[in-house]
Amino acid sequence: MNTETPAHLDGNAAAGALREVFAVDLTTAAGRCENCGRTVVLAEARLYTRAPGLVGRCPGCEAVLFRVVRGPDRTWLDLRGLTCIEVSLPDA
Amino acid sequence: MARAAVLGRLTWRVGTVRAVRDETPTARTLVLDVPGWPGHEAGQHVDVRLTAADGYTAVRSYSLANAPDADRVELTVQQVPDGEVSPYLTQALAVGDPLEIRGPVGGWFVWRPGQPEPVQLVAGGSGIVPLMAMVRAHGTSGGRAPMRLLYSVRDPASALYRAELADRAASDGGPEVTYAYTRAAPPGWPRTPGRIDADLLAAATWPPEAGPSCYVCGPTGFVERVADLLVAAGHEPTRIRTERFGPSGGSP
Ligand SMILES: Cc1cc2nc3c(=O)[nH]c(=O)nc-3n(C[C@H](O)[C@H](O)[C@H](O)COP(=O)(O)OP(=O)(O)OC[C@H]3O[C@@H](n4cnc5c(N)ncnc54)[C@H](O)[C@@H]3O)c2cc1C
Ligand SMILES: [Zn+2]
Repeated sequence: MNTETPAHLDGNAAAGALREVFAVDLTTAAGRCENCGRTVVLAEARLYTRAPGLVGRCPGCEAVLFRVVRGPDRTWLDLRGLTCIEVSLPDA
Repeated sequence: MARAAVLGRLTWRVGTVRAVRDETPTARTLVLDVPGWPGHEAGQHVDVRLTAADGYTAVRSYSLANAPDADRVELTVQQVPDGEVSPYLTQALAVGDPLEIRGPVGGWFVWRPGQPEPVQLVAGGSGIVPLMAMVRAHGTSGGRAPMRLLYSVRDPASALYRAELADRAASDGGPEVTYAYTRAAPPGWPRTPGRIDADLLAAATWPPEAGPSCYVCGPTGFVERVADLLVAAGHEPTRIRTERFGPSGGSP
């Protein structure tokens, strides 16, 4: 096992923090990693929770895809590593 | 619940503990009444928030243990020694107490009774919880998809839901259940205690040719080991869904 890498969770564990901001379940959305071009279901991102807030990294190249930090009365969301996000939205 | 329905803003709700059920000496199930609970899917989780008198809060995720379509919420919490949240949930919280939760959340690690393909569940320790919701959903829906569960525990006493799993396994169309013991096995058990390896996996799980959907849940190290073994055995990575519960704290 690689001891350099701290234990991570799955992007799925950020579902609650993201659902506070978005009206859809963003963890089932597919995002494209800006760094390596891979398409990643956000639930399958590697989620690191020891940084301030939650950091989701690409399972392919480890680049940061998103960060969510919850503070009193606000959430700070940084989607730096995602060039696009595709959300399934059946016409109601 | 529709998969991508546009939902209202997710907010905290206050549930009330209706009952508690001891599962093992260190794990217990909380049965909560949650007004306005919208229902859930097997495999989803909630966030639980504890707030101290000085306003400090701690948030942790807990899987929903009961089958969907119930008007209640059940969580099974395994106590982590020195933990901030789990000792409170397993020891201090009592019937009638309030508990703040939000959810259900997480639409990826879910199993839906309409899925036709065989299902392979692999659990380590408390990782059985969301998989138990799938087993229960399978039972209540009369699911046709054949289901197998490989459950790794340290010893017989630390297995959650043992009696219910035995009943379900014995029932018509119920899941096939195999235990893997890592520290101590029951008397006469054919396998020396140890971690799940390629041989056990081959003996107790669907072969890749059966095209199963695999759900693996437990401590992070356990999940990674099992997912690697499944891929090495020939399972398609896209058919393997994982739920990491966090640091290993010793192998289950
Ligand atoms: C999506 C999701 C679903 C989960 N569902 C469940 C569930 O159904 N039942 C359940 O009991 N737990 C579940 N967990 C784990 C749970 O969220 C907490 O991590 C766990 O209860 C420990 O929290 P704590 O505050 O007691 O410990 P902390 O104060 O967070 O940690 C105390 C010590 O324990 C270690 N530790 C942290 N988490 C774990 C862990 N999971 N196992 C072993 N050691 C750990 C830490 O490294 C630290 O040394 C789930 C986690 C996720 C991400
Ligand atoms: Zn990448």
